Amino acid sequence: MSVWEYAPAPESRDLANLQPKYRPFVDGEFVDGGGEPLTSINPATEEPLAEVGTASESDVDTAVRAARRAFEQVWGPMPGAERAKYLFRIARLLQERARELAVLETLDNGKPIKESRDSDVPTAAAHFFYHAGWADKLDYAGYGPDPQPLGVAGQIIPWNFPLLMLAWKIAPALATGNTVVLKPAETTPLSALVFAEICQQAGLPAGVVNIVPGAGDVGSLLVRHPGIDKIAFTGSTAVGKEIQYAVAGTPKRLTLELGGKAANVVFDDAPLDQAVEGIVNGIFFNQGHVCCAGSRLLVQESVAEELLGKLRARVSTLRLGDPLDKNTDIGAINSAEQLAKIRELTAAGEDEGAERWTSPCALPERGFFFAPTVLSGVEQSMRVAREEIFGPVLSVLTFRTPEEAVAKANNTPYGLSAGLWTEKGSRILWLADRMRAGVVWANTFNRFDPAAPFGGYQESGFGREGGRTGLEAYLHV
Amino acid sequence: MATASSPAVLADATRDETSLSRFLHGLPGVDQVGVEARAASLGTRSIKKAAKLWAIDTAISMVDLTTLEGADTRGKVRSLAAKARRPDPDRPDTPPVAAVCVYPDMAATAVEALAGTGIGVASVATAFPSGRSSREVKLADVRLAVEAGATEVDMVIDRGAFLEGRYGHVFDEIRAVKQACGDAHLKVILETGELATYDNVRRASWLGLLAGGDFIKTSTGKVSPAATLPVTHVMLQAVRDWYDVTGQLRGVKPAGGIRSTKDALRYLVAVREVAGEEWLTPELFRFGASSLLGDLVLQRRTQHDGHYSGPDYVAVD
Repeated sequence: MSVWEYAPAPESRDLANLQPKYRPFVDGEFVDGGGEPLTSINPATEEPLAEVGTASESDVDTAVRAARRAFEQVWGPMPGAERAKYLFRIARLLQERARELAVLETLDNGKPIKESRDSDVPTAAAHFFYHAGWADKLDYAGYGPDPQPLGVAGQIIPWNFPLLMLAWKIAPALATGNTVVLKPAETTPLSALVFAEICQQAGLPAGVVNIVPGAGDVGSLLVRHPGIDKIAFTGSTAVGKEIQYAVAGTPKRLTLELGGKAANVVFDDAPLDQAVEGIVNGIFFNQGHVCCAGSRLLVQESVAEELLGKLRARVSTLRLGDPLDKNTDIGAINSAEQLAKIRELTAAGEDEGAERWTSPCALPERGFFFAPTVLSGVEQSMRVAREEIFGPVLSVLTFRTPEEAVAKANNTPYGLSAGLWTEKGSRILWLADRMRAGVVWANTFNRFDPAAPFGGYQESGFGREGGRTGLEAYLHV
Repeated sequence: MATASSPAVLADATRDETSLSRFLHGLPGVDQVGVEARAASLGTRSIKKAAKLWAIDTAISMVDLTTLEGADTRGKVRSLAAKARRPDPDRPDTPPVAAVCVYPDMAATAVEALAGTGIGVASVATAFPSGRSSREVKLADVRLAVEAGATEVDMVIDRGAFLEGRYGHVFDEIRAVKQACGDAHLKVILETGELATYDNVRRASWLGLLAGGDFIKTSTGKVSPAATLPVTHVMLQAVRDWYDVTGQLRGVKPAGGIRSTKDALRYLVAVREVAGEEWLTPELFRFGASSLLGDLVLQRRTQHDGHYSGPDYVAVD
């Protein structure tokens, strides 16, 4: 028993203003979707949160037509400076309703309130602020005078950062003059539908933003709809490939942000205590449900033991439990299905000979939880070094020379992100040149800013989101 | 350089000035952005109810109630001692503080006023706060404190020598002071506000520990910035690492600028999560502060009464 246990400090669930029923948002109105309603559950308690109407084929069609009309008649012709006003308004409303959105996101997703409060919601608002600034300056974005929008964007987002991924998709699309039909993930549709309410509050013209909840079948309808000019997808590599097949031979533009198996490379001259923080942040942030998670730790042999000792001590201090508690560091796994996948892959790692260490933290009786786990003695050939686990499981490998570190880091079909830890500036530059990853962090990890483009190499996808580069995905250039 | 009390595993580090320098510069670096981010994120811990009450009482018991002014009088020291014994006279269950901290010439007054209470008397020494004098004078200063009955000595390191890289000089001086302390506990003030980098804070921390300091302390309170959370993180990490290498528990004392209960709670969270729970005791963690105690007492009353009672209910001295 600890001498000083933190008393529970739960954020009030009532702040989420949870409704018994949520409905699709089409052409500026909430409508009864023709699809089979789904029930969104709280992964921390396995209790149902709300019933959510889903879109049928005709709803998707209506949404796309509404988006087309809005694009041609209102949003496309609107001067950039006017579009900017709406985006600024949405950004401010996100800030005003930040607590409500944070609690709702935590209930629906399972992520700790401190992350939804301090990271997801503020960063989502920041994306709208940033892109609002671009709306009237597109002439100066480097794509020539008066770059033209693509038209109607079909956007499909994952469950790991529901509101933030929505912001990454919708903000640049609207800033550049496109209209959107967005499908939130089946397990986390709620914050997107509150966002729809915010669009109404902001007076956004009907049809500019449409939200069509549903499972993969609704995504498929969207991808195949002939009225769509562009598809933007964030999710698994397998689904990304299917989408690419589906749009091949059509005029649809495509950007994909897919999986990853990022290497976090620690050299013997690294600031070790901060490297430990970066490793923890890299793999345990959002329960490891992060496409750019630093899921492979590559540590130089000479400091491997010392670093692992410090890492285990630090991971033991992570507080797992009620996601609504302000002191919770690790929340719930988003779904039973994902939990099963994490268990299966971790067991496979043990079978293949990795040494498993799991934090001694207690797990709640109900809900989907997985204790932070470190697998050491992992080899490149093992599944846990190659497949994306998408959970709080770190695979540890060692290396001797910088060349070996580069070879191992790049030995993956993915290439989304990488982390480098060394106090030597020249080595950072040398390595950053050689890392096949869209984002390379030096002496830090998981830092995001709307001004910094994000995206992958190879099977991590293509196209960039954020920054000036991210505008290209929504413009004829 | 003497090596008598350095643990065997670290004997090589203190063999001579070159070894010492090599050892200190071989410690892993501290990344500024990383340590500040970690300190800020721990600062968001929400401490409520029973956890808060426990923390307030623990913080009170960790206070080194301090007065270090040229204008100090015996009367002021006596009234400080009275407050140290009974921080909240209306509520006798309020714990006493850990020590009263004064200049050496006031140590005797403090000793007399605190006789039989178990509350320590800490005296600053070694030409506090600048440390700019001969070793002879510094040691005489320490003897003055110890002979007056001080149970704890708060020395300052020679920052000039440290920044010049004369680590052996600083090491020897701490050793000499430690010897002059006799049974008195030695706190080594690094004056982190003058050390410029977290790397230097880490080196100075290890230097203080290698030389035999029972505590490492951030600041004199006379230099800005005084104690900060990230600096205290680096020092807590140092005593944790020291424990992992040697098995010895050494203490940390942030001093200066910690005025509110909220601040104190953030420091205790850092103690718990960076060093470990073993450090949550006045034996191993202290707050050097003058006004903090008043706010702790005020917040303690609030927790018990369920409402604020206002500053007039707390003794001002």
